[in-house]
Amino acid sequence: MSRPGVGRSYDVVIAGAGMVGAACAEAAAREGLRVLVVEPDLCGGGATAAGMGHLVVMDDSPAQFELTRYSCARWKERRDEFPEQVEFRETGTIWIAADEDEAVAARKKGDLFRAHGVAAEWLDPPTLAECEPDLAPGFAGGLLVAGDAAIYPPRAAQSLLERAQDRGARVVRDAVVGMKDREVLLRAGGRVPAAACVVASGEAARHWLPELPLGVKKGHLLITDRTAHRVRHQLVELGYSRSAHGDELESVAFNAQPRGTRQILLGSSRQVGVTTRDVDWPILRRMVRRGIRFLPGLATIMATRVWTGLRQSTPDSLPLIGEDARRPGVILATGHEGLGVTTSLGTADLVVSIMLGRAPPIRAEPFRPSRFGSPP
Amino acid sequence: MVDLIEARVVVIGSGPAGIAAACAAAESGGRVLLVDGQSEPGGAIWRGAWTGRVPAADPAPVWFDRLRRAPVETAFDTTIVGRVGPHRLLAAREHRSIEIRYDRLILATGARELLLPFPGWTLPGVVGAGALQLLVKNGLPIAGARVAVVGSGPLLPAVAASLRARGASIAVLIEQASWRALARFAGHLMVGHFSKFRQALALKRAIRGTAYRAGCWPRAAVGEDRVRSIVFTDGVHLREEPCDWVACGFGLVPNLELAAMLGCGIRDGRLTVDDHQESTQEGVFGAGELCGVGGVDLALALGRIAGHASVGDRVRAERWMSLRDKHRRLATRLEHTFRLRSELERLCEPETIVCRCEDVPFGSLRGAASARDAKLATRCGMGPCQGRICGPATERLFGWTDRSGRPPLVPIRLDALADPPDS
Ligand SMILES: Cc1cc2nc3c(=O)[nH]c(=O)nc-3n(C[C@H](O)[C@H](O)[C@H](O)COP(=O)(O)OP(=O)(O)OC[C@H]3O[C@@H](n4cnc5c(N)ncnc54)[C@H](O)[C@@H]3O)c2cc1C
Ligand SMILES: Cc1cc2nc3c(=O)[nH]c(=O)nc-3n(C[C@H](O)[C@H](O)[C@H](O)COP(=O)(O)OP(=O)(O)OC[C@H]3O[C@@H](n4cnc5c(N)ncnc54)[C@H](O)[C@@H]3O)c2cc1C
Repeated sequence: MSRPGVGRSYDVVIAGAGMVGAACAEAAAREGLRVLVVEPDLCGGGATAAGMGHLVVMDDSPAQFELTRYSCARWKERRDEFPEQVEFRETGTIWIAADEDEAVAARKKGDLFRAHGVAAEWLDPPTLAECEPDLAPGFAGGLLVAGDAAIYPPRAAQSLLERAQDRGARVVRDAVVGMKDREVLLRAGGRVPAAACVVASGEAARHWLPELPLGVKKGHLLITDRTAHRVRHQLVELGYSRSAHGDELESVAFNAQPRGTRQILLGSSRQVGVTTRDVDWPILRRMVRRGIRFLPGLATIMATRVWTGLRQSTPDSLPLIGEDARRPGVILATGHEGLGVTTSLGTADLVVSIMLGRAPPIRAEPFRPSRFGSPP
Repeated sequence: MVDLIEARVVVIGSGPAGIAAACAAAESGGRVLLVDGQSEPGGAIWRGAWTGRVPAADPAPVWFDRLRRAPVETAFDTTIVGRVGPHRLLAAREHRSIEIRYDRLILATGARELLLPFPGWTLPGVVGAGALQLLVKNGLPIAGARVAVVGSGPLLPAVAASLRARGASIAVLIEQASWRALARFAGHLMVGHFSKFRQALALKRAIRGTAYRAGCWPRAAVGEDRVRSIVFTDGVHLREEPCDWVACGFGLVPNLELAAMLGCGIRDGRLTVDDHQESTQEGVFGAGELCGVGGVDLALALGRIAGHASVGDRVRAERWMSLRDKHRRLATRLEHTFRLRSELERLCEPETIVCRCEDVPFGSLRGAASARDAKLATRCGMGPCQGRICGPATERLFGWTDRSGRPPLVPIRLDALADPPDS
């Protein structure tokens, strides 16, 4: 294939056209920067194609809360920029509390959210049952976060990349293998002079930047056949955070998303350090059991497909966004774990502020790669 | 623990190929398990004959009898869902999970109908020819209805005859192959396969009086909330024929998903096998339509070879090879005769739906480079049927051959995936 774009110089080369890379490309192009996107495969074909596309505010840490809150607000502001195929739906999230302890935690979460301008409403058990009639009885209530949404991520990534291209960004099918003396090195042998290189290559970042503190958490998802079963909001068990960020090597948590087609997307599982992509039947079994426990009607519904994806994770569950201490010009934008679709827009804004030396829209320190100290 | 069944030879699919394979493997001394997602043996062609719901056509009675007597264990209503590990498959039976372990595996998963999109093909009343036949067998009233049978292949007259026997009137039978190709094929049958020729004549008699249009193909199914008529052409003229149903089928496509999941080599849309029906994966054999569409007789011969060879009985396997070659020659002829004309690839309008599950129109697929590309951009093939219908169609229309092959192979209940349930 011809290699448009290679042979010139750029303000920034973006390695990877997943959700994060595409968002960075669009944000940089919007600022008038000369952008080259390098992607060896299809745009949005990596982790971005495997995810659930839940745009969700989460508060496992203050920094996570700030980044997801800011990002969700950006999605909402920008929703009209996306074509219909991105399937932006304001599903809202209901965090389900299993018992009184969790109800207390959920209410506290609600207070925190409201204090920061995120609408959150406590649903007592009868109201919860009214909102979600097919949920099993006996839960202590739920916290409705009405502003959360869901999208179809690969199309969203493509749409952002198209917008970047409309503003002059170039895309080339190749892979970035390194950066030296302000030149980005490509697998096919090319060298592209560039002021900066944004590493948004997800999984692959671990290979060419092996010293980064990146790990993997494998996840399973399942989609059902069309069903008369009613799920109206994205339903997540409050214990999800415990599963997501706990110390266990393997965990499952209930997470269900209604699709516009009357299908239900069911998650989720986490397996630390597992990189094989095939379905692990025992953990899938646990995940499905958990789903049935929350939504008993799922039992007799057909599963039409199961797949897996790899989440890039960091020791503190916050992404790496910022300059690489050892490589001048290299800006990291990876390690978003289970939230990279949500936080892609916030990440892109941060990356652009770093490149242009502007004040960041939110605190940038918690995401600086240097927070883990310099590698030996 | 998940329930477990084990056998030296496991046969997946109990159509003619699977039955013959199971019997042959047992005859050669193997301990055999025959598995099928259906509730009884018979596959696509002998469905319902085992329990006598429909009369058994020759040679089904002989084979059913053989199967009854052979020391073959069976597991019906048991659908293979995926692979668990080397020599281990996962199956589902209603709300239960079953692990199946094998030493040798024979795949005989058959074929399904190829449906090609054309304007109006998603209207209610437009269905697969085999599907309509099955619906009618299962009690759909068809008496007095006008059916247009549309597409290609020897299945169409068979479907027409069986619908007619149930009181339908065949409005028209539209076969895309040319008269010339059909005449050449008939001549070949008369000389080389006289019994087949007689069968063909009997079919012809059964649909006597039907308007049989060879060298024609559909242009559109017309109607508002249901099909009212079929518009077809011979490339020069357009004609319209009123009808209540359109039964379509453009030939068969092998069910290769399980083979692909096991890593077996596949070429030109069929399983790659050696002379003894062994695939590129050691110990995994294939028989029947999987190895190329060829009809019952070829399926039976391939089944016998695979069955004997699977337990190392090459001598007996080799006895069936000349019969296999004879039927394969016929299959090759069939393939030539009913080769789909390129006009069929140009029937869609930009707004014609290609992927019915996700409502993806033809126009939005034209820029895509591969099935995966299309899927990422439009969700084509991601719906409930998982591309079982639109996959073969887009292969034809755009040349996309990549398929994801994700489990479960067949939709299964969530409680089966959850089995054994929480204590
Ligand atoms: C099961 C599961 C469920 C999830 N659910 C959600 C959810 O509900 N909400 C949410 O916000 N997030 C969710 N996520 C997380 C989210 O999907 C990811 O965080 C996000 O997609 C990461 O995007 P990315 O662009 O960093 O990575 P990717 O999408 O993996 O993109 C990286 C790209 O880089 C390319 N690449 C690889 N090597 C190179 C190289 N050398 N040079 C250039 N390019 C290269 C790859 O081909 C790929 O296209 C989920 C993840 C999983 C696995
Ligand atoms: C809809 C249809 C109608 C047909 N009608 C006629 C006809 O009227 N006359 C005629 O001469 N020929 C007909 N044929 C052609 C006929 O099927 C073949 O010529 C031949 O009988 C195929 O034999 P087989 O054993 O290869 O496959 P099949 O008979 O198709 O048997 C395959 C078996 O495998 C099972 N199976 C597949 N996947 C799985 C799985 N994952 N788990 C468990 N079991 C599985 C299926 O349930 C099926 O029983 C028809 C074909 C189709 C598809």
